Amino acid sequence: MSVPKTLYDKIWDAHVAHEADDGTCLLYIDRHLVHEVTSPQAFEGLRIAGRNVRAPNKTIAVPDHNVPTTEDRVKGIDNEESRIQVDALDANAKEFGIHYYPVSDVRQGIVHIVGPEQGWTLPGMTVVCGDSHTATHGAFGSLAHGIGTSEVEHVLATQTLIQKKSKNMKVEITGTLRPGVTAKDITMNVIGKTGTAGGTGYVIEYCGQAIEDLSMEGRMTVCNMAIEGGARAGLIAPDQKTFDYCYGRPNAPKGSDWDLALSNWKELYTDENAHFDLKITIKGEDIAPSVTWGTSPEDVLPIDAVVPSPDDFKGGKVEAVKRALDYMGLKPGQKLSDVEIDTVFIGSCTNGRIEDLRAAAEVLKGHKIKDGMRAMVVPGSGLVRAQAEEEGLAQIFIDAGFEWRMAGCSMCLAMNPDQLAPEERCAATSNRNFEGRQGRGGRTHLLSPAMAAAAAVTGKLTDIRTFVGAV
Amino acid sequence: MEKFLNVSGVAAPMPLVNIDTDMIIPKQFLKTIKRSGLGVNLFDEMRYNQDGSEISDFVLNQAAYRKAEIIIAGENFGCGSSREHAPWALKDFGISVVISESFADIFYSNCFKNGILPIKLSKECIDILMDDASKGENARISVDLEGQTVSATDGTIFKFEVDAFKKHCLLNGLDDIGLTYQKIESIDKFEEAQAKITPWL
Repeated sequence: MSVPKTLYDKIWDAHVAHEADDGTCLLYIDRHLVHEVTSPQAFEGLRIAGRNVRAPNKTIAVPDHNVPTTEDRVKGIDNEESRIQVDALDANAKEFGIHYYPVSDVRQGIVHIVGPEQGWTLPGMTVVCGDSHTATHGAFGSLAHGIGTSEVEHVLATQTLIQKKSKNMKVEITGTLRPGVTAKDITMNVIGKTGTAGGTGYVIEYCGQAIEDLSMEGRMTVCNMAIEGGARAGLIAPDQKTFDYCYGRPNAPKGSDWDLALSNWKELYTDENAHFDLKITIKGEDIAPSVTWGTSPEDVLPIDAVVPSPDDFKGGKVEAVKRALDYMGLKPGQKLSDVEIDTVFIGSCTNGRIEDLRAAAEVLKGHKIKDGMRAMVVPGSGLVRAQAEEEGLAQIFIDAGFEWRMAGCSMCLAMNPDQLAPEERCAATSNRNFEGRQGRGGRTHLLSPAMAAAAAVTGKLTDIRTFVGAV
Repeated sequence: MEKFLNVSGVAAPMPLVNIDTDMIIPKQFLKTIKRSGLGVNLFDEMRYNQDGSEISDFVLNQAAYRKAEIIIAGENFGCGSSREHAPWALKDFGISVVISESFADIFYSNCFKNGILPIKLSKECIDILMDDASKGENARISVDLEGQTVSATDGTIFKFEVDAFKKHCLLNGLDDIGLTYQKIESIDKFEEAQAKITPWL
């Protein structure tokens, strides 16, 4: 009998184009997603060396990081450097003949939302992009991870990556989630448990009842933040929900190809008794609605907790916590639910999908945001935006006092004009609370879309369980 | 890529854990379409006030460390964003070795593509080197890639592990793409076989 394999083992084995004696492999890449920030130097490298894109049909580009999200963006980008970068992607896509969704296309959006939406991301694939949140695509049971610009150039030229295999980690979330607890809370709690370096050297497979119960949108949220735990990639075995999501997408297989693909995808699961180098189990019932209090995604606590003290930590983390509390303007012992918020950002590749907007709108229905609050919704793609308008969600956001924006990465990393001022405090559905991430001196608290919406109404970090029906 | 040469120089101590790539090179400097010129903005928000003046107690602003070639860092250095601008900025500043207990995966890989050697050592070794580095110009740390050693000022030698292929590429300044092109037949064959098994790709 053959050795039992994990899902990661199966995808890896199916993509090794060459293996050297020392185990260094050329891993074949099925989909290469490209955006404007990490690609110009790679295309320039190709030009200088006189090289082509080996598989333009497997290469998909979309500008997202730099693009303004105001409606007047059709007139062009004011910031010269941003405009040059987006123009460079336009020109490179044309010159090298790759698939492209320009800013003016309704399908434009965050690359990790566009890929699945357009059916580019499918089970069993290898997917890379010059962006760490490529882990998102693992929700389809595809091996997906971020790469640097030199590797972008390598994939453009050879359609392969030089890789060594990672170790296998299993993260099981058992049981069912309690009311008010979401995929975002799952993924933040996993990082809280493993730490931001806990996943280094591993590919994580998320499994268990609570994961199976999630929608595809929720699974993408979970896998998206695998990188914040340091993992190379996060994976979830595909099931009927995955197949239903993929069916009929513009670039998904059709007709007899679909039937063939489906029979292939049904083999994408971890065999019984397959070896994991590390296993972590969390009870779904133990996860509470959570927020971050510090400047690392591992700094996460239930919303009803208090800000910790540096004394609660050991080693190098003691100094890091002192620095984080100073940066965040928080005091040990302060209740997290007392922390006042200036700004709310709903969007990003973590939580910019239709289900996220539905969850936030559900909370906002019939409410107004607090006086003086700055609140914005940035849909993950033009199609998410259009659907939200059709479902009446956009009107709920607008009536509540939110700005209703065009698609892009926006305030998740603040490369476009959407930025925090120093000491401005933001409840954000994005993925990183690093110093300066959303603007120099800006203070970020990561949380779920429903919790972000509640914070916009009350003006402070709010327990969604007590908010519902309480205001 | 230039060949990696052995380094003997001043090392800047940065004991903070989880130094992320947003700290190493903040997003406003990612708008470049070039690889060069980022050294001046290395650690920008830790290094400069908002008016552009230097923050005097930041390590690289101190006289002893202005020309540091090595960084001794807290664990999980380079976490977060995949931006290769981080190693570009380090290299442009003059840093060619970073020594830490651990590195984030993508950053670690990006270093080797840019002539930077990331060295993993145990906490005990890092503690000694951090202490040594804090002596500023009075300390001199030497790194020998061929022999896989780091030497502290007092001559104490620490051995480190590095992937043989990555070491070979760094020592010889080899271009990954050129090496992969030598195996192009394997890629051709893989594509032919894959087209039969998974034609929808």
